[in-house]
Amino acid sequence: MKILICISNVPDTTTKIKFVNNNTAFDIAGVQWIINPWDELALTRALEIKDAQPGIIENITVVNVGLIDSEPTIRKALAIGADAAIRINAEPKDTFFVASQIAEVVRKESFDIVICGIESSDYNGAALGGMLSEMLDLPSVSAVSHLDVVNGAVELKREIDGGQETVATQLPFIAIIQKGIAKDARIPSMRGIMTAKSKPLTAVEPIAADLLTEFVGFDLPKPKAACKKIDPDNVRELVNLLHNEAKLI
Amino acid sequence: MSVLVYTENWDGKFKKVTFELVSYAQEIAKKLGTSVVALSIGNVNDEQLKALGNYGATKVLNVQDDKLKWLNNQAYTSVVAQAVAKENANVIIFAHNNSGKAIASRLSVRLKAGLATGATAVPSSFDPFTVTKKVFTSKALGNIVIKTPVRIITLLQNAFGLIESKVEVAVEAFQPEVKDSELKTVVKEVNKITGKILLTDAEIVVSGGRGMKGPENWGPIEELAALLGAGTACSRPVSDEGWRPHDEHTGQTGKVIAPNLYFACGISGAIQHLGGISGSKCIVAINKDPDAPIFEAADYGIVGDVLKVLPELIAAVKELKAQ
Ligand SMILES: Cc1cc2nc3c(=O)[nH]c(=O)nc-3n(C[C@H](O)[C@H](O)[C@H](O)COP(=O)(O)OP(=O)(O)OC[C@H]3O[C@@H](n4cnc5c(N)ncnc54)[C@H](O)[C@@H]3O)c2cc1C
Repeated sequence: MKILICISNVPDTTTKIKFVNNNTAFDIAGVQWIINPWDELALTRALEIKDAQPGIIENITVVNVGLIDSEPTIRKALAIGADAAIRINAEPKDTFFVASQIAEVVRKESFDIVICGIESSDYNGAALGGMLSEMLDLPSVSAVSHLDVVNGAVELKREIDGGQETVATQLPFIAIIQKGIAKDARIPSMRGIMTAKSKPLTAVEPIAADLLTEFVGFDLPKPKAACKKIDPDNVRELVNLLHNEAKLI
Repeated sequence: MSVLVYTENWDGKFKKVTFELVSYAQEIAKKLGTSVVALSIGNVNDEQLKALGNYGATKVLNVQDDKLKWLNNQAYTSVVAQAVAKENANVIIFAHNNSGKAIASRLSVRLKAGLATGATAVPSSFDPFTVTKKVFTSKALGNIVIKTPVRIITLLQNAFGLIESKVEVAVEAFQPEVKDSELKTVVKEVNKITGKILLTDAEIVVSGGRGMKGPENWGPIEELAALLGAGTACSRPVSDEGWRPHDEHTGQTGKVIAPNLYFACGISGAIQHLGGISGSKCIVAINKDPDAPIFEAADYGIVGDVLKVLPELIAAVKELKAQ
């Protein structure tokens, strides 16, 4: 079985968000870049399956649409354990454009399972997996919180309101995963970091594709009024405020 | 032209978000001089379907087909696409939740219609068609222009609210074609709790963090929630430890919610947690550490031991309810 994992190169989750150029572009000064948290969990889970059942998963490839500055993040995925990486040399400006690029990769080299995170933590598009599956005319299962391969078949659970569904699917398919898929993301070992240097990272040029959307500006939320502190010995006052001032209970 | 809404029901009743979506669609339809059509898939009774008229839907397409018993992304996308064609819809509205995201993204490709996900308001401009949406996990807002003639939006829950505007509503049976070739996924088993308040629908949420010390201390959280008709939530380590189920996990990697009132009990307020709750209209924090970042996000705060404060809070709420 071959698995493809789509990874997005995003600012560290603790980054203070700022904008430049008259609020039209994200300020990348001093930003640390990481693998999008869900994508990292997806990679972790794929590796867990590969390790638990030797021989079942022959290859785990990661793909990223990004310029050369996303290579350290891609190398990290290789250090964690991916076998190969593909970088499509383009700025990931619009999800439809990004999906078009990755669809082309899948058309050329077939994969049994393609995994995407439920969203990218930068622009929160939450659409790549769905778009990709429609472009490839493949089934997709979203909000997947459990993924396993048992006797050559894929076992899946997806989150629904107030519970879970167990889902069976034909292969190939696209899994759009969320948290729960793996507990903690794997961190690269020293050996992993060394071997990553010799693993294939292929850069390819993008195909022509449309951009259906465009960001034209950004805003930061208005600062909040200071918190009203209530004496811990007078909890009644809180209820009073919530009832009479906030009128919420 | 029309504005089409993808509705969602839970055990045959529309989720609150559905009425919000219709209210939102009605606001857009007014600006475009068109009307709102709602699409319902599943077993929903006539009274429920007609209730969509209270928020401005003039027509409801009612799809009942056993093949569509479970959410199937591919087949559902086809159904919505057929409804779009039938109603000549040029704006399609979904909820920004698991099923909304799953179908909206596929539909975007099927119709080659630009998609704006996680919208927080009605479009700020219709030419160019510009939508404000959350970015960087609610740490900022982005203005995104959709460049295609047909547009798809997923609305962040509770960002718009409910607006009643009663209109005459016609319910029409709709039988779209469902191809077997699009039914490649099958649901084998369902495990769900019924009767629980949906976290994303809850007006009030009581949430606990690691400061609650252990699952055995959740009694007061549940009691307070029951008293207030609230949903229960938790921070990520709490669900990771298995103290609470995963579907209660709120934050950047969990559920994003925007209730009117959010109680953070023993939650430090890490930036990743705030990403999931900062849309709340009012936040109450109970934490023993006066420097906990949660107090920066909170409207009301008590610096104290949550295990002592909660029982007193419950007693005070009971007093209020008894008045
Ligand atoms: C990539 C990534 C994604 C993440 N996503 C999420 C997410 O989606 N949601 C999320 O919640 N977290 C997320 N986290 C984790 C986040 O960084 C924090 O670790 C987590 O939110 C902390 O949970 P907590 O507040 O329950 O626990 P802690 O940080 O341990 O805080 C416990 C708090 O309880 C207080 N306390 C202790 N005892 C008492 C007492 N007796 N009375 C009153 N107060 C008390 C303490 O003062 C402290 O402030 C993520 C982290 C990463 C790296």
